[in-house]
Amino acid sequence: MADVIKKATRESYGEALAELADEYEDLIVLDADLAAATKTGIFKKAHPERFIDCGIAEANMMGVAAGLSTTGKKVFASSFAMFAAGRAYEIVRNSIGYPHLNVKIGATHAGISVGEDGATHQCNEDIALMRTIPGMTIICPADDVETKAAVKAALDFNGPVYMRFGRLAVENFNDKDTYKFEIGKGIELRDGKDVTIIATGLMVGEARKAADILEAKGISARVINMHTIKPIDKDIICKAAKETGVIVTAEEHSVIGGLGSAVAEVVTECCPVPVIKVGVNDVFGHSGPAVDLLKEFGLCAENIAEKAEAAVKLKK
Amino acid sequence: MDATIKKQLEKTACKVRMGVIEGVFNAKSGHPGGSLSISDVLTYLYFAKLNVDPKNPKWADRDRFVLSKGHCAPALYAVLAERGFFDKSELKSLRHIGAMLQGHPDMKGTPGVDMSTGSLGQGISAAAGMALGGKLSSAAYKVYTILGDGEIEEGQVWEAAMFAAHNKLDNLVAIVDNNGLQIDGKITDVCSPMPITDKFEAFGWHVITMDAHDFDDIERSFDEAEKINGKPVAIVMSSVKGKGVSFMENQVGWHGTAPNAEQYAQAMDELNKRLESLED
Repeated sequence: MADVIKKATRESYGEALAELADEYEDLIVLDADLAAATKTGIFKKAHPERFIDCGIAEANMMGVAAGLSTTGKKVFASSFAMFAAGRAYEIVRNSIGYPHLNVKIGATHAGISVGEDGATHQCNEDIALMRTIPGMTIICPADDVETKAAVKAALDFNGPVYMRFGRLAVENFNDKDTYKFEIGKGIELRDGKDVTIIATGLMVGEARKAADILEAKGISARVINMHTIKPIDKDIICKAAKETGVIVTAEEHSVIGGLGSAVAEVVTECCPVPVIKVGVNDVFGHSGPAVDLLKEFGLCAENIAEKAEAAVKLKK
Repeated sequence: MDATIKKQLEKTACKVRMGVIEGVFNAKSGHPGGSLSISDVLTYLYFAKLNVDPKNPKWADRDRFVLSKGHCAPALYAVLAERGFFDKSELKSLRHIGAMLQGHPDMKGTPGVDMSTGSLGQGISAAAGMALGGKLSSAAYKVYTILGDGEIEEGQVWEAAMFAAHNKLDNLVAIVDNNGLQIDGKITDVCSPMPITDKFEAFGWHVITMDAHDFDDIERSFDEAEKINGKPVAIVMSSVKGKGVSFMENQVGWHGTAPNAEQYAQAMDELNKRLESLED
């Protein structure tokens, strides 16, 4: 049985770094004055000699991460998604992406569920930004078990990885004894024949609930957890397009350039079917409790189910 | 400095300058002005200072060099070729399609290039990261980087300056090429970064001023830099943009313009004559 725990993926991330420290002796963790929030503070507490606080200077932190990696260190650089992917974008592109350096970016507080801090800190654009960098791997885990497996996989992978974590506690649904994580391999959580819901991050849990709602209405929904957004699992998408004829994507990110766009790009080439995107509809967020914001912006099971039900009707 | 060594370095620097002109002329584009202003210090670094092995460019214990002002790649390429990292014939295909030598340094494709640079302000952060890596591993290597005086208008440079001093990176030496000119004109007219020495001092660095074209002074400065403990070192060097080619000297127009055939011939003639005079 899956562990019934509720934990933010940022918390799982910080724990994973601390747990993996002994196994990965070259692991160095950088942060930009947000260790308490990004949860790299958990690593800092356990291994202060391998933790470097770069201060509120994300551009320099990414450059330092690049330089450190050339000396053989396995580097995690952390900040909020807004600053890691947004503010430091060009440094990530030119100092990390272009030379394809072995730097992992641990970006927390992604999406609208940042909550009360409001629009300036709710980054709904990071996947879009990171996707445009050649050779960048993008991982957005859905729960505690997946986050821990993903952090380890990123450390074993030689090259730049952008990892996206959330602030809000989410239910764990994976079983840590049987769960297997493979970069670039989507996971079919539930088979279905009428529609496929492809979700990432916090929206995977919502997608699972949506499938239950749909089932009660007699609609059979396939659910895919797309934890890796780049490189995207083309096979699982094409198979879903062919077998279910319509796809709904669900992400806590703008509908422009994120998971929905990535899925649509694949579908238009292999098997054109309707792709309906559930995400932030090209607007800025605002302050409020995370759970309320998620509902307000349609990032919830009910809205996914509604969109999926409508999507099924698009099929001939 | 020993007179024989000095003369040898002057000759090598002259060949490096010829490599700059050769590369930029064949590329029909590029940045000769700033490349010529750093040719002497690059020659000193690669022929008298850096512990590097052209046969094993990725050797883990080597000293590192990061050309933060990446647009001056022609000088870096010329000195690397002169030092034997790759064949000098590569200089003629600088910036060509399929060539090894890219418009800005590419660590993945060019032996001896320790960091991909070109977007200004980023190299010094990478150099600080390398220096930190050395400290964390108790390695003895040093890290050198060259910045432009216009480049230090980038805010990231000062983030890196704060970081390097805070972490006591005394294995890091940042050289500021103070030739006084940037694309849009004099640095003091565009958006003055002056006073440069005071700024680095205020950020907690040990600051040395140096004549960029006098090998005695270059040696003295780097010797001093090596003795500093607990602080990163900034060497602010007064240089002449376009140094060594009369019509390019102190001319902002030669920041990013390639010579035509006639200008190429004149530049090479001047440098050849200089080389011959040193042979006597």
